[in-house]
Amino acid sequence: MSVSNRVPRQIEELLMTHRRGFLKSAGLLAVSFGTLGGRQQAKGQAPAAAPGPGPYPIVDPRKLDSWIVIHEDNSATFYVGKTDPGQGTGTGFRQLMSDELDIAFEKTTCIMGSTDITVDQVGAGGSSAMERDSLPMRRAAAEARRVLLEMASTRLGVPGDQLAVANGVVTAKSDPSKRVTYGELIGGKKFNVTMNGTNVNSVTGQAKIKTIPELKNAGRPTHRDDIPGKVDGSTKWAVDVKLPGMVHARNVKPPYACGRLTGIDESSVKSLPGFIKVMNKGNYVAVVCEREEQAVRAARQLKTTWEKPATAPFPTSEDLFNYLRAAKPAGGSTPAPEGDAELRGPLQRPIVVGNPGAAFSGAAVTIEAEYEIPFQGHTAFGPAHATADPSNNQMTVYSNDMKSYGMRRGVATFLGMPPDRVRVVYMQGSQGYGRTAAEDAACEAAWIAHELGRPVRIQWMRDEETAWDSKSPAFLVKMRGALDAQGHLIGYEYDARSCDYNHLGYNEPDTVLIAQLMGQRRTRPAAGSASMPSDVYSIPNRKMTGEVYGLPAVWETPVRTGNLRDPNGPQSSFASESFIDEVAVAAKADALDFRLKLLEAGTGDDAGFRRARSIAVLKAAAEKYGWDARPSGKPRGAGKILTGRGIAYSFRGQTMVAQIAEVEVNRETGHVWTKRMVCAHDCGFVVNPESLRTSVECGMLHGLSRALHEEVTFNTEKVTSVDWVTHPTLRHTDVPASIEIVLVNGDPNPNRPDLPLYGAGEACLKPTMAAVGNAIYDATGVRLRRVPFRDDRVLAALKTAGV
Amino acid sequence: MSKITLKVNGRTHTPDVEPSTPLLYILRNDLGLVGPKFGCGLGQCGACTVLINGAAVRSCITPVSSVRSEVTTLEGLAKNGKLHPLQQAWIDEQVPQCGFCQNGQILTAKAMLDKNPHPTDAQIRETMNGTLCRCMSYNRIQTAIKRAATVLADASPASGKEAVA
Repeated sequence: MSVSNRVPRQIEELLMTHRRGFLKSAGLLAVSFGTLGGRQQAKGQAPAAAPGPGPYPIVDPRKLDSWIVIHEDNSATFYVGKTDPGQGTGTGFRQLMSDELDIAFEKTTCIMGSTDITVDQVGAGGSSAMERDSLPMRRAAAEARRVLLEMASTRLGVPGDQLAVANGVVTAKSDPSKRVTYGELIGGKKFNVTMNGTNVNSVTGQAKIKTIPELKNAGRPTHRDDIPGKVDGSTKWAVDVKLPGMVHARNVKPPYACGRLTGIDESSVKSLPGFIKVMNKGNYVAVVCEREEQAVRAARQLKTTWEKPATAPFPTSEDLFNYLRAAKPAGGSTPAPEGDAELRGPLQRPIVVGNPGAAFSGAAVTIEAEYEIPFQGHTAFGPAHATADPSNNQMTVYSNDMKSYGMRRGVATFLGMPPDRVRVVYMQGSQGYGRTAAEDAACEAAWIAHELGRPVRIQWMRDEETAWDSKSPAFLVKMRGALDAQGHLIGYEYDARSCDYNHLGYNEPDTVLIAQLMGQRRTRPAAGSASMPSDVYSIPNRKMTGEVYGLPAVWETPVRTGNLRDPNGPQSSFASESFIDEVAVAAKADALDFRLKLLEAGTGDDAGFRRARSIAVLKAAAEKYGWDARPSGKPRGAGKILTGRGIAYSFRGQTMVAQIAEVEVNRETGHVWTKRMVCAHDCGFVVNPESLRTSVECGMLHGLSRALHEEVTFNTEKVTSVDWVTHPTLRHTDVPASIEIVLVNGDPNPNRPDLPLYGAGEACLKPTMAAVGNAIYDATGVRLRRVPFRDDRVLAALKTAGV
Repeated sequence: MSKITLKVNGRTHTPDVEPSTPLLYILRNDLGLVGPKFGCGLGQCGACTVLINGAAVRSCITPVSSVRSEVTTLEGLAKNGKLHPLQQAWIDEQVPQCGFCQNGQILTAKAMLDKNPHPTDAQIRETMNGTLCRCMSYNRIQTAIKRAATVLADASPASGKEAVA
């Protein structure tokens, strides 16, 4: 049966149907349908350098036509430069833009993230969709409405201020029979309006956006438009792309980190069915076959020989924290000597308030603790994948990369192609929560396709993905607290060492794995960060430092770091919010009351009312839970199951989160079940409460997974956590019996018409590990300072403590 | 390579393939049925799940030559243009985040409800436990299964109400 080109054609139609006729007259975007699955070059023949401008020029964000197309049937398509990895932002953009345009929500669609037809808004990341990136969308929609009203005024002969508009229909207020639809005014034609602004974020027309009370669709619980296709099987994902003449590739990774390839025995696979070619440059090796299962087999069967590195690329995962403790230089303010650049990132300036030294020397009680957070994997559910089409001197990459624009630049640079000959078609994909910001597979597919002259689909295998994906950085955090005789926290020290010195960029052509394996190097590796705690506790004397440390190997290593949701907020919050709990215990105070007093001791607040809203979420969570005020560490019962509750709070940007976890700890097995979770969440104005609740719930459970299960393990040669058994994740039986989400609006003036929209999606993970750890302490009296709280680790701690 | 006869979603196919090929690749690449996804190739995650003889089967580790009965994929669940109550419940409960695992979640739930129309919460959690979701939509999945079970019970002949699927 012939289904060979079904998928891409559908994608093209989805992306282009609304614009095809429009494009002919507009000349806005010169996309050639002929490129798709078009003429194939002869095998082995790289595309020749093509003269003249490429087919994919940058989409100009100042042109109103780049954002909105009105169709003759009075519907509209919005084109935005974001990607929606499954949090419902696409539906949210439709809610906001249909409000600004005054068109029925049901009559709109939203196209996202394909580089040749949408403006560059980076893609997804940083929970920036609503907070930052919805603004130019709204301004464009408001400008379109203004222009349409002007056109209607001329058409109807009625002054603009005497016109009303609803659902895309403009009527004269005095005579409703005088009416014209948006579709009749401009359907299929260009606006030809240029807005102002120096970049995509500052784009604005003459029209003003609406105030919060004027929004109708935004703020209303709304079903996500991407869900039906995901449950009936009709959605075509990036992984489903199939092109005429397409071949399949699989990688052959080095058997150990930093291995050097010394030989390939092609005869080991040459006679296999469907074999086409072994691709090799430097230490990068892949096998290409006609069929997918053939490539899987050939990659497994290919005989290669490798030389081990002279020195171990990293310590074992068990020895990691000792390594970090001993790493040189050990903090302080001395700049890193030049020669040590490989081992140390840039020093982050310490933050000092008051006189911490004096506070500690005058303290009645000093509390010290050290927290350990291992590397945790992105472990995307679907391994990295991409399909690349090199036909007609262009390169089209079909990808689920969340930052498709960065990928376009990265692929172009990596291949040495002009950017206007490269496009990335964004499609749905398995969520990686930051993994797809540095999508190795796209550069691999593009390079092989470029070399072979044929469309290539590549997909990583499970062990490859889990071992070689990017990792959330490990943290070692030392903390000290000083209490005075009355139990007030008068001194506080936070010292974080983040193992984050081979941090991946966003599809940078010199940090994607294939480039490293081919021998490309930056002058210095990229340093991530060692972030500070996210709280606004009022502590008179406080010192906070954070430094980035590296492992011996920073290139061609599977222990490389990347942004996993909030890149290191969960780590810093685990330390800081566990520690506040420890201090509260030392002060014999209730954990909630201790936090509230630290917040209420402050007097000022910032422009986003962070302090007031921190108090509001803590109180909202406590009220929902029915918090029982008492010092944590309640008397243990005699039974097998010990129960307890813990609270923690944090924020990301201006999004405030407080969480309470209630746990059952099995003292015989060490198993922890989080029976109930409450989350109070304040991100300002909420565009879609329905999708926000789901995102917060799922994000919080991701935090729970990291608290209970996730850890990257390695020996001194390679990563040993390679699948769902060795790098486990949360499962159905781990899910709490009750999950309660409270959406809070803690603004001092909650009904103000300019209530801001803040980001959501990442903040809700931050306090979870600490909330669970604090609950375990309450249940057992044992403080666990290392995640994940796996059964064996918990049991060992309980036994040591005599529980 | 040899001709294999395979009945999927009511249609018979005879792809010419290596008999040891995992069913997943045949469904996706030869038959164009891309509901089942590659997640691990190890039978650990459930992304590739299909129904065979009413059982939820991991097609990534099932040689195509071993398949003796009709295969149902996610695409074959809706009847006469009407979604299966599980699919409808997934929409009503707004279950997915990225959605990549939901093929396996829905089909594993279907196999469970076909055998046990009134599962307890504990049975749902245990039966679904091997089907993973990295977006952690588990709570919604469990709620949606209970919703679908109620709808199916109401529609069963014993209930006297009109069938919905």
